[in-house]
Amino acid sequence: MTQPKSFPIGRRTVLKAAAAAGVAQVAAPFVISARAAETVKIGLNDPLTGTYALLGKNEQIGCQLAVEQINKKGGILGRKVELLVEDSTSADTGIAVQKAHKLIDRDKVNFLLGNVNSAMAIALGEVSNQAGILHIVTGGHTDSVTGTDCHWNVFRVCNTTRMETNSVSSTLFKKYGKKFYFITPDYAFGHTLQQGFEAALKANNGTETGASLTPLGSTDFSSYLIKAEASKPDVIIFLTAGQDSVNALKQAVQFGLNKKFGIAGAQQELEVLEGLPPEARIGTWVFEWYWRQPNVPHVKEFVAEIRKVNGGKVPTARHWFGYASTWTCALAANHTKSLNALKMAKFLQNFKLPPEVALMPNNPFYREGDNQLMPTLYVGHAQEKGKDDPEDLFVVDKEVKGVDAALPVAETGCKMKWPA
Amino acid sequence: MVRLDKPAEESAQSEAPALPVPGFRIDKRAADAIVWLLLLTMPFWLNWIGGYTQLGTRVVILALAAMSLNFLLGYTGVLSFGHAAYFGLGGYGVGLTLKYLVPNTLVGMGVGIVAAIVAAAIIGALIVRLRGIYFAMVTIAFGQVFYFIAYRWNNVTGGDDGLSGWHRLPINLGFTQIDILHNKLAFYYVVLFCFAVSVGIMALLLRSPFGRTLLAIRENERRARFLGIPVDRHIWLSWLISCTFCSLAGTLYALLNNFSDPHDLHWEQSGNFVIMAVLGGMRSFWGPLIGAGIFIVLEDYISSRTENWESFIGLFFVLVVLFFPRGVLGVIRRRTTQ
Amino acid sequence: MTQLILYNVFNGLIIGAFYALMALGLSLILNLSGVINFAHGGFLAVGGYLAFTLEPYIGFWGGLLLSPFLTAAIGLIIERLLIRRLYGRDPLYSLLLTFGLAFMFEDGTRFIWGPATLPFTVPDWLSSPLSGQFFFLTGYRLFMVLLVTATVIALFVILSRTRVGMRIRAGTLDLETVSVLGVNVRILRNINFGLGIYLAGLAGVLAAGMLGLQPTIGSDLIMPSFVAIIIGGLGSLPGTLLGGLLIGVASGVTSVFFPSASEAVIYVMMGLVLLVRPRGLLGEEGRF
Repeated sequence: MTQPKSFPIGRRTVLKAAAAAGVAQVAAPFVISARAAETVKIGLNDPLTGTYALLGKNEQIGCQLAVEQINKKGGILGRKVELLVEDSTSADTGIAVQKAHKLIDRDKVNFLLGNVNSAMAIALGEVSNQAGILHIVTGGHTDSVTGTDCHWNVFRVCNTTRMETNSVSSTLFKKYGKKFYFITPDYAFGHTLQQGFEAALKANNGTETGASLTPLGSTDFSSYLIKAEASKPDVIIFLTAGQDSVNALKQAVQFGLNKKFGIAGAQQELEVLEGLPPEARIGTWVFEWYWRQPNVPHVKEFVAEIRKVNGGKVPTARHWFGYASTWTCALAANHTKSLNALKMAKFLQNFKLPPEVALMPNNPFYREGDNQLMPTLYVGHAQEKGKDDPEDLFVVDKEVKGVDAALPVAETGCKMKWPA
Repeated sequence: MVRLDKPAEESAQSEAPALPVPGFRIDKRAADAIVWLLLLTMPFWLNWIGGYTQLGTRVVILALAAMSLNFLLGYTGVLSFGHAAYFGLGGYGVGLTLKYLVPNTLVGMGVGIVAAIVAAAIIGALIVRLRGIYFAMVTIAFGQVFYFIAYRWNNVTGGDDGLSGWHRLPINLGFTQIDILHNKLAFYYVVLFCFAVSVGIMALLLRSPFGRTLLAIRENERRARFLGIPVDRHIWLSWLISCTFCSLAGTLYALLNNFSDPHDLHWEQSGNFVIMAVLGGMRSFWGPLIGAGIFIVLEDYISSRTENWESFIGLFFVLVVLFFPRGVLGVIRRRTTQ
Repeated sequence: MTQLILYNVFNGLIIGAFYALMALGLSLILNLSGVINFAHGGFLAVGGYLAFTLEPYIGFWGGLLLSPFLTAAIGLIIERLLIRRLYGRDPLYSLLLTFGLAFMFEDGTRFIWGPATLPFTVPDWLSSPLSGQFFFLTGYRLFMVLLVTATVIALFVILSRTRVGMRIRAGTLDLETVSVLGVNVRILRNINFGLGIYLAGLAGVLAAGMLGLQPTIGSDLIMPSFVAIIIGGLGSLPGTLLGGLLIGVASGVTSVFFPSASEAVIYVMMGLVLLVRPRGLLGEEGRF
């Protein structure tokens, strides 16, 4: 060990600093409890690293904008709102669960938001349910979150996979035909999407020419695409998400498959289209929210606000998820004049989001019975280049009401158990 | 042949398994007592300094995993970079049992551990003749086989989504019941109990002639072989013991999260175990515990402060390797002996 | 069916060539310096990102030419500052160091270029299929295979014909003797490391043309490269090449029959090879 002579920091300084740090540590719990009386805390548990980093980050930006607005309008119950963000990572559910405990047990958050990853959303639902705090799932689409794994305290803003397939399937039949080949990511999200389409095929006498289950994080899709080509479908359905979608579509277009067959799918995101080279921005998809809605009030203002904090880029559905979730917390608390999760959850049954939060037509509401938001779905097609804005990469052809696309509560598998 | 190299001075200071914390000759018992006292009271002081019970439980569980890895790494001189596989096997064993077979936490843990023992015994037999980097790479690769089984066998393991829809159940001891589900403290102490038993067994093994033989192999494999020691069989046994306790840690980890996660079998997880052992000091009995504590608390702390926490963790790895290759306890010991 | 298998064998060879390129870089470094470079995937990502950044100024070809050299330069600096200190020490330490570096690379690329997937475009004439029948053989993939072949030939020529190359090969066999004979081993290792990272950078540019450019691009590709090395046999570059091609074909063919095992199959294959021939297919006896 070399003596730190060259540094002007003496031993005493170090000791003093250590002592100060110790005092600060010891005092910390009291500081936290003192602050708790003043602020209302919303905990966001979302991936900021790994595959889903971009989606998590965008949700976070949406949450932050909402918190700013809420505070400007007087906060929650007159108290200032604070957003605590924890990185759940993209793949390690152990970390996500631990961070949820951290937010709930240590930071004593009043609300929990998250997660992009469906598996994590389910695991977090267990934690929040045991703690009995209001939890809004921002972006995990697997049906069971508001189906077989539903909880009275867990609400969801984004769609179920079934809503996504139901909203687009009739368009696909009309546009391409009734022979589907599926490129399905091999996890719950993909499986339920495929099941949704299979149900639609069955109801309409369509056929499935085959399916490839691709692992999450696949880099090479060529062998699946070879199989798809050999089965000669009318349309290849890409159910992949995120980076997988980019890789799959890029390769499909390089193989010229878009010239032989239709290319389509269910959920598509602006993040993916922006990651594709222009020639691969093709196909028929469902968007869950779109920034270009000239006839819907407040959308323009929202887009302008997000652009300010998003490096000039427009909001995506993920921004809106974060924004709407955070506002839901504030609205529930302010309407019930309480932070009691049970009261708020009861209040949110069939609660309609006000237009400045909804930012979409048809009055989206949280459905009673499964706590699932019934938003509007945007069926349309991707385009290479926007006419007047480089980020206008999607054209909405049809708006579908959430209630029309969703399974009735009785068929979701959700048996809601309310605490006595 | 690539072997773990041993700086001359280190072997000179006879750091044989005078357990625990060799080097603190006078304060050996005192150090022991302090470690146990801190562990026993952890839930109380941890919350006070800004932690939370779940964090403490996590530290103890991962410390057990790191200590069992170190049985092989530090005391036999064999580097495994695939221990996460057995950690994860334990986790899936308990999860699958609780979800589909028997609603009994202890039975589930048993199933998880047995599954891991069987896998470790077979794979150990395949790879026991390999050494050095080759051994490390092959353990990574075999670990990945299990990772992909967990990751792709959807119908059974839940695939990428992991195995959810189950949770730990109260432990029924006949005369009383321990509610580890709702009572976080109770669960912490159950974990600590498992930790104590495992660590105790490992310490005893290291003191036994078997343990001395492992050290002899670590110090000079060729000489050990000349002495007629069945080296491969000893390494295989050490591997098996190490994997067994690692799988126990895995079952506890799954119980902690109420979730079996494919990521627990991933080689990154194995890497974390190794860094914990090295960070604390792989030639010290308590080293991996210290390493696990520092690693987990640091990760927990930094990842809440910045989204670029991975850079800091990575930088931390680099700094440890460059400046503290003997780990925290290694540094302390050198100072006290000087 | 036969056609499907044939297609997949072909296609597997293409993918295998790519794995081999990455694995050769890893193998070079491992053979001479005994360092398992976990950060190889990170270097690969850097290669891709640099090409993306350079593309608007010097085009795809300029990026393809320049970016691997820049990546190699970064590699040289890192070797000098960090990895050099660990030569001759327990391989555990270099393994952990590069493991840490891999974290820093992934986070660093995210910090600099953002978490969004970036569209890296290749020249139009490369990005279409050559024939309707073999639609999966796009110009770009054919180009990739040709480039890998050329690179591999160049690499073997360098190793067997040039002075530096012969020293690297000699050092792989017996570093001590090479050093006693008056060769500066430090510089030799430095050059060798740079050469390995150059290959990683090249693989990165090629990957960026085929896949989306994301910070995690490297970590997804590193494991198959390890397997390629083990199957081929440690210490043997032709073995690594063979290993890369084999796993490409194996996972391609498996995906026809048993898609969910298409990744696990390469590890199973590795297990079998180790059982029958512990030193790998072309590995030398007694080296490890």
